[in-house]
Amino acid sequence: MKGKLPLILGVVIIILGFIGANALFVVDERQQAIVLQFGDPVNTITEPGLNVKVPMIQNVVFYDKRVLNFDPPVESLILADQKPLQVDSYVRYRILDPLQFYKTVTTETGLARNLGPIVSSSTRSVLGNVNLASVLSEERTGIMSDIRSRVNGETNRFGIQVVDVRLRRADLPEATSQAVYQRMQSEREREAAEFRAQGFEAAQRIRAAADREATVIRAEAKREADITRGVGDARKTTILADAYSLDQDFFRFFRTMEAYRGSVSETNSYLVLDPKQMEFFDFFGRSGTVPVAPNQ
Amino acid sequence: MPWQSQGGGGGGPWGGGGGSNGGGPWGGGSGGGDDRGGGGNNPWGGGNRGGGRGGQQPPDFEEIIRKGQDRVKRMLPGGMGSGFLILLLIVGALLIWSVSGFYRVLPDQQGVELKFGEWDGQITPPGLNWNLPYPLGQTFTPAVERISSIEIGFQPAGNGVRDIAEESLMLTGDQNIIDIDFTVQWRIANAGEYLFNLRDPESTVKIAAESAMREVIGQTDIQPALTEARQDIEQRTRTLLQELLNEYEAGVLVTEVKLQNVQPPQAVIDAFNDVQRALQDRDRQRNEAEAYRNDILPRARGEAQRMLQESEAYRERVINEAEGEAERFLEVYESFKKAPEVTRQRIYIETMQEVLTSTDKILLGEGAGGQGAVQYLPLDQLRNRSNSGNSSASGN
Repeated sequence: MKGKLPLILGVVIIILGFIGANALFVVDERQQAIVLQFGDPVNTITEPGLNVKVPMIQNVVFYDKRVLNFDPPVESLILADQKPLQVDSYVRYRILDPLQFYKTVTTETGLARNLGPIVSSSTRSVLGNVNLASVLSEERTGIMSDIRSRVNGETNRFGIQVVDVRLRRADLPEATSQAVYQRMQSEREREAAEFRAQGFEAAQRIRAAADREATVIRAEAKREADITRGVGDARKTTILADAYSLDQDFFRFFRTMEAYRGSVSETNSYLVLDPKQMEFFDFFGRSGTVPVAPNQ
Repeated sequence: MPWQSQGGGGGGPWGGGGGSNGGGPWGGGSGGGDDRGGGGNNPWGGGNRGGGRGGQQPPDFEEIIRKGQDRVKRMLPGGMGSGFLILLLIVGALLIWSVSGFYRVLPDQQGVELKFGEWDGQITPPGLNWNLPYPLGQTFTPAVERISSIEIGFQPAGNGVRDIAEESLMLTGDQNIIDIDFTVQWRIANAGEYLFNLRDPESTVKIAAESAMREVIGQTDIQPALTEARQDIEQRTRTLLQELLNEYEAGVLVTEVKLQNVQPPQAVIDAFNDVQRALQDRDRQRNEAEAYRNDILPRARGEAQRMLQESEAYRERVINEAEGEAERFLEVYESFKKAPEVTRQRIYIETMQEVLTSTDKILLGEGAGGQGAVQYLPLDQLRNRSNSGNSSASGN
């Protein structure tokens, strides 16, 4: 009898293991699940934990409870100001009601088929009413939340909640980009020309001002110098006049002699003289007494 | 019936054997069911009934078990009891399974345990820990201290980088296009949120970062974006990205958004560079003009000083000369007054002597034609001769 118990225990454990594997299932923090009985949903589990089902008859469909990503293809659309724009958006959603989700779209692929057109039309209708300038401004946040609420309104029936719809990229299409590049280029050229002209302007201004200042400095100096010279000349005139006016005749004689000495020099003079006409030659050629000439 | 066709040979395949040797392990064997053999249509029951009649039940039953055990022993080598062995195997498997629940949390990690799929909100510290093994429990050890980096707009390739135009080209607030490469650095702030709230946190960070950067650049003009607004852009993008990730409860902390390379698109980069050159040209021209100014103004001031000094020198000279001349005249005049006529003649003669000594001269008396002869004199030649013969004249 003593060998029988372990045998039975072993069998029981194997059977329990078999039942456990088929009847028990774990829903973890990231998951939620619905239990189907022959395809008919009988239970929804949204909290993590250990759960039970009837083996063979019931099966479990797991869904993600986390925030999921849906990335629709790039949309080409026209803004209110007729500018074309290529929009790449992304959608963040979570499955809020797995049962509803199972009934309407069943799988994430099924959801993507439905969500794509909804996001596309919502994006088009919202962006169709705004200008490019608005997209490129603080209004962008409002635009995105407009799109989100539109999408949310239409996707409630899938049992999902759209957490966020955002514009990942909003770019101009290639042809328009070329035009933008050309405009940017011309703007830069304009700027460059302006800078160079400004440089010329500044240089001219500085040079001209410098020239003027230099001229003024010289002119003022000249004026001062002339005045100073004039003072000197005036002083000279006064001094000499004071001295010479003591005896005008003697001054005339004395000063004339000075002038002869200074002006008739060996380098610049060649004299042709008539000795008869000069008092200096009175004795030239004779030795007699010559009357002394009276005062000139 | 197939069973009956075997007739007196005994009932059923199992029971039949028992009829002869009684060795059937499953109770088929028993003595003497022979009398009712033909009627025994139940192979299992037949033996029992037969046994009952024979009154041999208790020893027979033990015998059966013993024989069965012998068979198992023959099949399994080793002398232990078979049930115990099975139990041992099962316990061993359980042990190994439970040991697989040990896990290690490294110093830069945090451990998160799921028990039956449920997280109790506890973080296990670094070290050796135990959790329910799979599939009852699950364990995650995210590296919360490690800073991850995401490159956007470029990919490190070899030594350089490869630009990804569709990621890096974006519209600015003034509807220009700019080429921006940047990196985002982030780490896990909350392990639970990070693990359980987003399916793909890493790509979410990247997508959200792109979106945030484009939103910020969309509100910035190109010129500031290229130059002084870089820090502002980094700051605003980081804030916006963090807000987005908080909204998703991503459990991610953005530590840094860093602009790597901000430049105009390739197509227009020359024009932009030319603007920079033009700015340099402007500064250069201004500097050159200032150099010119700095050159001529001090010179002008110097010249002015020279003029002033010269004029003062002139004034002083003229005055002093005049004073000297006047003084001399007065001195001479004083002595002249004592003997006017003699002094007068002396001065005259001395002057004439001085003048006539140093000059070339022709004395032309009236007898030689007087003034009339002057016109026939070759004055030009004489003048030249006088100039060239000067040295000899002065040497005399």
